[in-house]
Amino acid sequence: MSELDAFRTEVREWLEANCPAEMREPVRDEGDVCWGGRDWVFKNDAQKQWLEACVAKGYTVPDWPKPYGGAGLTPEQTKVLKQEMKRIHARSPLDSFGIWMLGPALLQFGTEEQKVEYLNPIARGEIRWCQGYSEPGSGSDLVSLQTFGEDKGDHWVVNGSKIWTSYADKADWIFCLVRTDKANKYQGITFMLFDMASKGVTTRPILLISGNSPFCETFFDDVEVPKTQFIGEINRGWDVAKYLLGHEREMISGGGAGGDMVSIGGAFAKAFGKNAAGELDDPILRAEMAAFDVDVFAYRAMGERFMDMWKTGRAHPASSNMMKYVGTELNKRRHELVMSGGGSEALEWDSEETKGGARARGWLRTKANSIEGGTSEVMLNVIAKRILDLPGA
Amino acid sequence: MPLYHNDDQAMLKDSVAPFVAEQAPVSHLRKLRDSADATGFSRALWTQFTEMGLPGMLVPEEHGGLGMGHMEAGIVLEEIGRNLTPSPFLSTSVGAVAALARAGGTQAGRWLPAIASGEAIVALAIDEGAKHRPDRIASTATRAGNGFRLDGKKSFVLHGHVADISIVAAKTDGGITLFAVPKDAKGLTADPRRLVDSSLASHVTFDGVEVDADAVIGEVDAGQDILDALLAATRTGAAAEMVGVGQGAMDMTVNYLKERKQFGKLIGEFQGLQHRAAHLYGEMEVARATVMKAQQLLDEGSEGAKLMVSVAKAKAGRAANLAVREGLQMHGGIGMTDEYDIGFYMKRDRALAEYMGDVHYHIDQVARMNGY
Ligand SMILES: Cc1cc2nc3c(=O)[nH]c(=O)nc-3n(C[C@H](O)[C@H](O)[C@H](O)COP(=O)(O)OP(=O)(O)OC[C@H]3O[C@@H](n4cnc5c(N)ncnc54)[C@H](O)[C@@H]3O)c2cc1C
Ligand SMILES: Cc1cc2nc3c(=O)[nH]c(=O)nc-3n(C[C@H](O)[C@H](O)[C@H](O)COP(=O)(O)OP(=O)(O)OC[C@H]3O[C@@H](n4cnc5c(N)ncnc54)[C@H](O)[C@@H]3O)c2cc1C
Repeated sequence: MSELDAFRTEVREWLEANCPAEMREPVRDEGDVCWGGRDWVFKNDAQKQWLEACVAKGYTVPDWPKPYGGAGLTPEQTKVLKQEMKRIHARSPLDSFGIWMLGPALLQFGTEEQKVEYLNPIARGEIRWCQGYSEPGSGSDLVSLQTFGEDKGDHWVVNGSKIWTSYADKADWIFCLVRTDKANKYQGITFMLFDMASKGVTTRPILLISGNSPFCETFFDDVEVPKTQFIGEINRGWDVAKYLLGHEREMISGGGAGGDMVSIGGAFAKAFGKNAAGELDDPILRAEMAAFDVDVFAYRAMGERFMDMWKTGRAHPASSNMMKYVGTELNKRRHELVMSGGGSEALEWDSEETKGGARARGWLRTKANSIEGGTSEVMLNVIAKRILDLPGA
Repeated sequence: MPLYHNDDQAMLKDSVAPFVAEQAPVSHLRKLRDSADATGFSRALWTQFTEMGLPGMLVPEEHGGLGMGHMEAGIVLEEIGRNLTPSPFLSTSVGAVAALARAGGTQAGRWLPAIASGEAIVALAIDEGAKHRPDRIASTATRAGNGFRLDGKKSFVLHGHVADISIVAAKTDGGITLFAVPKDAKGLTADPRRLVDSSLASHVTFDGVEVDADAVIGEVDAGQDILDALLAATRTGAAAEMVGVGQGAMDMTVNYLKERKQFGKLIGEFQGLQHRAAHLYGEMEVARATVMKAQQLLDEGSEGAKLMVSVAKAKAGRAANLAVREGLQMHGGIGMTDEYDIGFYMKRDRALAEYMGDVHYHIDQVARMNGY
C-alpha cells in the first residue's frame, strides 16, 4: 500500500512539473484533442510539450510494457495515474485508435517483431490508424463482409469498399478486415494492416447530421498488401476482430461517465437560478436531472469496478458489451438534458456565443454512440447469449 | 482499493451463501408466514447466525465483535436478500451497531457485547409518518428528574415489538438526541402490523416514557451525527439486501426463460424477452458496483460516502424494482400465484424500497448534495 502511496506522490510531482497549464483546461473542440500522425499539426506548443513529456515517460500508454513504448505500470499504478490526471483535469495527451483498439489486439495476437514495429509509433503518436470493418452491406452482421483479398503468392490484391471509416481521410494506416476465403464465413477473414498511402486507396468524406465530417467511404482498387502485414493467422482474423471490438466497446463506454461534468443539475443550477429553498428553479427538470445524476454516479462506480476487474482478468469477457450499452444510452440521455437545459440558446448552430453550436452538434454526435462499435441492440443480443446464456440467442 | 471482493471477503461469501441458502431459503419465509409467526423471524436461525459470529460482524473487537466493515456486512445482506430471509440483522447488527459504535460510552459498552453474543435484538425508531423524513422528527425528550421524558409516535419500527431496546431519535432543546429505550419501559406501547412482505413492523407510542440520563446514546443534543451514521449504515445495508433481492428474482426469471415453452420454443428465444433480460442484467451490475462503492467509502470513512449512500439506495431501489417487475411479468400467469416464489420477491422489494428513504427521497438528497 505504501509503495502505491509513494508512486502517487511521484506521479503528482511529475504531473506538476510536466503538465502545462493549458493542458489542464477542458477540451473545447475537436482541435483540442491530440490525435497525432504523420500530418498532425499541433494546436499550440503546450499540446506538443505535453505529448512529448508523456511519450518520454511512457504515459501515453502507461500499462503497456516498456519495450513497446509504455511505462509498464501495474493496473493499480495505472489507476493512480488516471486518478491524479483527473484530479488536475489533465487532458489526454494522445487519443488514438491505435491505443484503444489496435494496440490491445497486437499485444494479444501480434508477433514480437510486430509489437516492436507497430506499437512504438502508436505510443509516440507518429502513426494514426483507422478501422476498416463496416461495409455498405455488412454493419451489425459484420461477418458477412465482402471486401476481398486475392492471394498472389507474396501479397494480396485487395478490392472492395468500407463505409463509416472514422478519420479515414486523416489516418496513415488502416487495420482492415478482408475476406480471403469465400467458402468459409467465419474462418475466411484476415486481419490486415496497410498504409492508406498505398496505390488504389481512396476516401470520400461523409457529412454527418452534426454538420461535421469525421468519417468516410473508403475504396480499395487493386491495393497490394504484402503477406506479412496481418495479425494472428490468415483466415482467422475474426478472432482478432472480436477481441478488438471488446476493447473498442470498453473505450466507447467511457463517455457515459461524463468527463468533467460532475453533476448535471449542479452545472445547470447556475444557469437557471434557484428558488428560495435553494432548488433548481424548474422542479420537473430538477427531478429529471437528479435521477440522471444518480445514474451517472452509479455508472462511475460501475466503470471503476469494471476496469478493476477487466485489467486483472476477473471480468466476464463479454462484459464490455454491457458497459457499452449502459454507458452510451446514458450519454445520449445526458445530451438530451443538456439541450433541455440550454433551451432555445442551445439550438443555435453557428453563433460565436455557442462556440459554433457546440451543444447542438455534440447532442447529435452522441446519437452515434449506440450505433458505432456495435449497436445497442447487438450489445443486448450478446449479453443475452454470452452472459445470460439464453437459448437461440 | 479495487472494487471487487478480496480473498477474505470471497471466503466469507463462500461460507455465508450456502449457509443462508440451506438454512433459510424462501420456503423458510413461507413457513413463518403460513404459521402466522408472531416474532417476525426465527430465533433458532438467529442462534445459528450467532454461531457463525454474524451478529457481531461490525462490532469492534474490544466489544467482543469481529470488527469487520460494511463490505463484509453487505455480503451477508445480499444473501439475506437473495433468500428473502426474515432476520433482525439489518436493524440490529448494522444500524444499531453503527450508531452505538459511533457514540461510544455507556450504552455502547452495555449493548455492543450483547449484540455480538446474539443476546440483544435492537429496533430503530426513526420514522414518524408513512414516509421517511428524518429531518422532521417531532417526538420530544424533555428533561425530567434525573433523566428524560419521551413523548411521540414512531412508525415502521421493524422488530419493535420484540426488540430488547429501541434506538429512538427525539428532539431535545438544542438538537436531536438518541436514546436506548428498553422494551418494558412504562408508557411504551408497540403495536405490530403485518406488512405486505409478511414482516412485522410496529407503530410505537411513547406516552411519557421516563428514562435515565444514561439512556442517552452519545451526548445530549449531539445525536445528529450518530443518527447520520445509523442512517448511512442502514441505507447501505438495505441497498445491499435489495441487490440480493433483485439478483434472486433475476436468476429465477432467467432460469424460467430457459424452461418454459410456448409457440413450440423456449420463451428465452424471443428477442422481446432477451433484450429486457439483458437490460436488467446491466442495471443489476451497475447497482451492485454502486453499493460496493458506498460500502467501500463508508469503510474508509470517506467524505464522499454520504452522497454515494444515497446513490446506492436509489440505484439499488430502481434496479431491484425492475428485476421483480420483469420477473413477475416474464413468468406469465404462474407468477401471479401465491404458490410461486416470484411474488415474494416483489413484496420484499416493496418493503425495502420504503425502508430508510425511497428512491425519490434519495434522488432529492443527491440533488441537494450537489447544490441544487
Ligand atoms: C459515428 C460513427 C462512426 C463509425 N466509425 C466506424 C469506423 O471507424 N470503422 C468501421 O468499420 N465502422 C464504423 N462505424 C460503423 C458502425 O460500426 C456501424 O454503423 C454499426 O455496426 C451498425 O451497422 P449499420 O450501420 O449497417 O446498421 P444495421 O446493422 O443495418 O442496423 C440497423 C438497425 O437494425 C438493428 N439490428 C441489426 N441487426 C439486429 C439484430 N440481430 N437484432 C436486433 N436488431 C438488429 C440495429 O441495432 C439498428 O438499430 C461507425 C458508425 C458511426 C455512426
Ligand atoms: C389473474 C388471472 C386471471 C386469468 N383468468 C383467465 C380466465 O378466466 N380464463 C382463461 O382461459 N385464462 C385466464 N388467465 C390466463 C391468462 O390468459 C394467461 O396467463 C396468459 O395468456 C399468459 O399465458 P401463460 O400464463 O401461460 O404465460 P406464458 O405464455 O408462458 O408467458 C410467459 C412469458 O413469456 C412471454 N411470451 C410468451 N410468448 C411470447 C412471444 N411469442 N414473444 C414474446 N414473449 C412471449 C409472455 O409475455 C410472458 O411474459 C388468467 C390469468 C391471470 C393471471
